[in-house]
Amino acid sequence: MEAAAEPGNLAGVRHIILVLSGKGGVGKSTISTELALALRHAGKKVGILDVDLCGPSIPRMLRAQGRAVHQCDSGWVPVFVDQEQSISLMSVGFLLESPDEAVVWRGPKKNALIKQFVSDVAWGQLDYLVVDTPPGTSDEHMATVEALRPYSPLGALVVTTPQAVSVGDVRRELTFCRKTGLQVVGVVENMSGFVCPHCAECTNVFSRGGGEELARLAGVPFLGSVPLDPELTRSLEEGRDFIRDFPNSPAFPALSSIAQKVLSQAPARLS
Amino acid sequence: MEEVPQGCPGTGSAQAGRGASCQGCPNQRLCASGAGAAPDPAIEEIKEKMKTVKHKILVLSGKGGVGKSTFSAHLAHGLAEDENTQVALLDIDICGPSIPKIMGLEGEQVHQSGSGWSPVVSSHTFASLFVEDNLGVMSVGFLLSSPDDAVIWRGPKKNGMIKQFLRDVDWGEVDYLIVDTPPGTSDEHLSAVQYLSAAHIDGAVIITTPQEVSLQDVRKEINFCRKVKLPVIGVVENMSVFICPRCKKESQIFPPTTGGAEIMCQDLKIPLLGKVPLDPHIGKSCDKGQSFLTDAPDSPATLAYRSIIQRIQEFCGHHQPKEEHLIGS
Repeated sequence: MEAAAEPGNLAGVRHIILVLSGKGGVGKSTISTELALALRHAGKKVGILDVDLCGPSIPRMLRAQGRAVHQCDSGWVPVFVDQEQSISLMSVGFLLESPDEAVVWRGPKKNALIKQFVSDVAWGQLDYLVVDTPPGTSDEHMATVEALRPYSPLGALVVTTPQAVSVGDVRRELTFCRKTGLQVVGVVENMSGFVCPHCAECTNVFSRGGGEELARLAGVPFLGSVPLDPELTRSLEEGRDFIRDFPNSPAFPALSSIAQKVLSQAPARLS
Repeated sequence: MEEVPQGCPGTGSAQAGRGASCQGCPNQRLCASGAGAAPDPAIEEIKEKMKTVKHKILVLSGKGGVGKSTFSAHLAHGLAEDENTQVALLDIDICGPSIPKIMGLEGEQVHQSGSGWSPVVSSHTFASLFVEDNLGVMSVGFLLSSPDDAVIWRGPKKNGMIKQFLRDVDWGEVDYLIVDTPPGTSDEHLSAVQYLSAAHIDGAVIITTPQEVSLQDVRKEINFCRKVKLPVIGVVENMSVFICPRCKKESQIFPPTTGGAEIMCQDLKIPLLGKVPLDPHIGKSCDKGQSFLTDAPDSPATLAYRSIIQRIQEFCGHHQPKEEHLIGS
């Protein structure tokens, strides 16, 4: 409510995208990171807000662990992950004393921090703010959607893996989007197939096609399938820029086409 | 900075309702009355209820999608292969219940009986030969009317559900209660540990995948266990290596860039129970709701599962006398 009263720190942010999934470990943080990197390479200024309070992964994926958040007149200064200051990041990871410290918080405390993340981070001018969320449909998600509502987010990018067990959880996440009035930008199927580096045989480790089928049934756009790619995992582990360093890997075309689809949705909405 | 959530002294503390940050909080009066500090009467009720449950095992991981539910289900299947062992599987992942699907019980409904909710009984492949079914399952999934139904609940409602699951489900005589949890270190985990605090939990099995992005969350979970004094039975590394079905060569899809679970366990001085390779058939068995252990009895993953299950049984066996002593006292 306070957020509506004053435009505040999100006034300079043009588009807000939430990355959601009912299921954990399907690659929300991976997709958030790679989407941010791809948008950066398209010349956009990008912010990432990591509202996964119990398991923040983004600082490591962008090699920003151990960095500190500073205070300025308008609030917290996010951490810039590159020299050009084209990607800024806010995560609970920057507020912990040790990387192994567990944030053992119940809902109300998590909600309060998320509200603060939304209102008190001085993002400045951004083309895109990517909001990475924890798995589920609970406190963090409600708090985030409520706090961001005055800024009318572009919508949600919903990530799934192909197997039925994951698709089941993601169906529930789509129901969450519908109930909270959040538009679905599209569904991304991650970990689609694995191409054996020895014999080039493609194995569908976690089955295939579940994401596309889900998008079709739910009547939302399907943005693409990202194959399982050890180079992608390795690149995230080391905090490297996958989009720049691995243009020949199998996951690259998939990720850049997803970013293109996101880019093409935004202006359409403005006009 | 007044909004810093650390300001709340906690409902159980001596400062509850009296701290400077309590001014203006809608719960100030309730907290100040001391009602918040009194232990929940449900803890005693749950202790009574759990007297018929010999061993209680929590399956945890800080990270999502590493295979908690897959492991919980196969631990249950594995233990229940002995038809004299009564196994109960409780799914406290309220927002993303996967157990009904993995156990092949999707669409089942829970029934109310005189002594509480009756768990849904899985017709185990072996046990069903012997009339007696020995694997009971409970999940929020059995209370939903459609698979699209989202449980959009904040913490307190989830906690209430977990309390009901522990207090009101009519498990009967049970040898092993396996509790499958959602990812993280929040409401569900705190509630499960708190509600079971008087009933004695044998310990937690922690699941991870080999890459550091997963391990960093799992270290947090181990710290959580230490904070709440929950013994760690050990760590299972899931999705360890992938064996190409065509050329039989190994690949690391999730590379252990920092040494994987092995190094983490050495550093933290906790046992590594085993490594389960990534076998595409595990996911398929789960999607079909069947036991991978009986679907592929000779697979390396089955052998890994069986050896891990045996180590967990041994752990519980060693700790049994102590538990009986506790109940007797």
